[in-house]
Amino acid sequence: MREEAEIIRQEYLRHDKKFPHVWCPGCGIGIVMGALLRAIHNLGLSKDEVVLASGIGCSGRMPTYVDFNTLHTTHGRSLTFATGVKLAKPELNVISVMGDGDATAIGGNHFIHAARRNLDITAIIINNSTYGMTGGQYSPTTPYGSKSTTSVYGHVEHAFSIAELAVTAGASFVGRGTVYHASHLDKLIGQAIQKRGFSVVEVISNCHVQHGRRNKLGGAVEMMQSFKENAVTIGKAAKMSPDEMADKFTIGVLTDIDKPISTDEYRRIAQKAQRKADQVARTKVKNGVKRYEE
Amino acid sequence: MKNDQRYEIRFSGSGGQGIITAAVVMADAVGRQNNRYVCQTQSYGPEARGGKSKAEVVISDSPIDYPKAMSIDLLLAMTQAACDAYFFDIRPEGLLVVDTDLVEQVPTSRAVTIPFTRIARELTGKELVANMVALGAVGLLSGQVELAGLETALMKRVPKGTEKMNSLALQAGIDEAGKIDLSLLPRSVVSDWADD
Amino acid sequence: MKSESTSRVLLQGNEAVVMGALAAGCRFFAGYPITPASEISELLSLRLPEVGGTFIQMEDEIASMGAVIGASLAGVKSMTATSGPGFSLMQENLGYACVAEVPCVIVNVMRGGPSTGLPTSPSQGDVQMARWGTHGDHPIIVLATSSVSDCFSITIRAFNLSEKYRVPVIILSDEVVAHTRESVALPGPDEIRVVDRIAPSVPPEWYKPYGTNNRGVPDMAAMGSGYRHHVTGLIHDEKGFPTQNPKEIDQFQRRLHEKISKGFGEIQVIKSIMMEDAEVCVIAYGSVARSALRAIKEARNQGIKAGLLQLITLFPFPRKAVDSVLRQCRVAIVPEMNMGQICREVARVNQTGTRIVKHNRVDGQLITPEEILKYLVKV
Repeated sequence: MREEAEIIRQEYLRHDKKFPHVWCPGCGIGIVMGALLRAIHNLGLSKDEVVLASGIGCSGRMPTYVDFNTLHTTHGRSLTFATGVKLAKPELNVISVMGDGDATAIGGNHFIHAARRNLDITAIIINNSTYGMTGGQYSPTTPYGSKSTTSVYGHVEHAFSIAELAVTAGASFVGRGTVYHASHLDKLIGQAIQKRGFSVVEVISNCHVQHGRRNKLGGAVEMMQSFKENAVTIGKAAKMSPDEMADKFTIGVLTDIDKPISTDEYRRIAQKAQRKADQVARTKVKNGVKRYEE
Repeated sequence: MKNDQRYEIRFSGSGGQGIITAAVVMADAVGRQNNRYVCQTQSYGPEARGGKSKAEVVISDSPIDYPKAMSIDLLLAMTQAACDAYFFDIRPEGLLVVDTDLVEQVPTSRAVTIPFTRIARELTGKELVANMVALGAVGLLSGQVELAGLETALMKRVPKGTEKMNSLALQAGIDEAGKIDLSLLPRSVVSDWADD
Repeated sequence: MKSESTSRVLLQGNEAVVMGALAAGCRFFAGYPITPASEISELLSLRLPEVGGTFIQMEDEIASMGAVIGASLAGVKSMTATSGPGFSLMQENLGYACVAEVPCVIVNVMRGGPSTGLPTSPSQGDVQMARWGTHGDHPIIVLATSSVSDCFSITIRAFNLSEKYRVPVIILSDEVVAHTRESVALPGPDEIRVVDRIAPSVPPEWYKPYGTNNRGVPDMAAMGSGYRHHVTGLIHDEKGFPTQNPKEIDQFQRRLHEKISKGFGEIQVIKSIMMEDAEVCVIAYGSVARSALRAIKEARNQGIKAGLLQLITLFPFPRKAVDSVLRQCRVAIVPEMNMGQICREVARVNQTGTRIVKHNRVDGQLITPEEILKYLVKV
């Protein structure tokens, strides 16, 4: 483990001018970054072939620190940029890291359509139930009744379940983990990257500085402790009653299905279109006509 | 305003009658001829069927600046509404061409009336190709296009399997218009009486 | 046998945009359906796969612009096409393309506005929006098309400029230009000059993705080409990483402006017609320039010394050319299908007190030659 940490430090982090990072002490995002790097390292991917895109917010800063082709985009739009990259160069491993507000509020439409479209992209959503960077306003995953800087009397809306949303929208692979279950997270992210098709990993994380403090959830340690207590594996949850599951959530792989990937499908129809066009071109060339594309 | 090189045709009727297609085929055919310039425009509403439909073809021996019609040499009206709306844009020496059955009140004697839709129905069983019957007539009456070229352009732009039907319709329009002697018509659309 | 390149074909403005884009090397398009720009999407969905390119219809125009930027960063020439409301949605990521210096082409086929406005009628209402629509203080290149052959050549020019200067380039078309069909003779592939972005030649560890050089335009490495680097919408240093250093910020912001101002000579394109001895002139662009051309010809027939200055480049505003016709003429008439968006630019550069006459039409109809002629006769 120690050796691995050293490899990651030397191989994957951009030390020149990028540190110290912007995250608060105890923040879960660093754990997700570690899990991502370990997963990529264990899969043996070349750094040149990895594209890490992000949106805006605390999670948005992750690409700055890691030595891949990195793309820090606009708020909520990470998946749209990732879609362009992937379609232009399908051989690249495209990973998009987002926050809960980023992926399911401002980028909610892009998120469900990316899942429906089923490009071979990996989405990692770090869900800390708040907009941390802008000062703790309520997000689409802020629990009912919670306090935030924009729900000072208690939140009156209900939260999204991101992983379930991804399943319904049609993602090929959906997993959920937490920043407490770090080695489980390594595995989940690895599976997601390896999976061909749109894959999603929702990571339950802590923002003790904004969400935790306002809701008396304690510091980083206490919040992680609560993830440990409330996370239930999918197998176990199946045997529990709704009452027993009331304050708990599932972790593990929610879905893993195979369906045609739109990048592959597009290549297939493109080959067909090319053959047809070549045929026309051959007749035209025979008749002394040139084409612009040649 | 208009210089004499320009010849302006307006095709008009209602959406779904193939007004724009007819204009596009005409423009395509003219454009294939050497040293002829052509510009085709249209205005349309949001509806794909129904509503007013209007398409113009401007033809000239020199490059065309203003792309729309300024005073019309030939107006094809496939509905009464279109005829009423656009009749006043015809220049005095211009010509009005209407569908006999669809335009009952013809506002001038300098008009050619041909039952395009009826011909299409009787010939092919489909009213759909009335636009091509009309195009044949417009092609001949305008004197602006080689009729063989019109046929070539038509074949390039109709759906596969409908070539024969469209070609028959076009020819029927040409034949029908061929029976008309324009010299027997009054010289102006506005002054039937002024000629006397 | 006549070759296709010399014979004439009947094309719609929107179709000519597609032909121009393909000729310029565009191999990626992302868009969302909108009248009157949809023909560009439709035709590219047919043609791009044939030439090994990619077409995608995204969930909205925000996503379209994002995908276009992503594809361009991956090394593929990219474009999108839209109309007013969609152009509004693109502004956020258009700003990103400016600051991250991502070449791409955006076609805005203008229709009547604001809002859903007049979807099937022409307008020139988005001129100042093309210049100032996105946030922040940035230069931008905006070109206007007026005919079918323009649509072809200006699209190629737009790609060339965007690749050379690493900037988004906006093409303003309008409903009349987009849907008019004309028989045009397109130049053959050998007659077309295509410019590609310059890739770095230094070893990857020396590469500065936003470094300064004498062109002011940094070399651009495609993702996956071995030059791993960071791209961000935050103001960044030469290596591409966010910076808070006032000196670095200032240097960056000024370079964005300077790279364009260095290229004014090449970027600012105008057409002067019958201007040699003109005493009154019309300054026009887009489809209105065609009405203006008709009007000045007619004015000449009536003995009026009229000329036309047609603006192809709207921004950076061709100040020099406009200044010189304003010095030459007594009166300048500026007809527009808006309430005077270019007229205010003309007034801004008017140093000599030349009389400037606005003619505005906002009823969804193209300005006619008669309307312009009336002014030419009157003044």
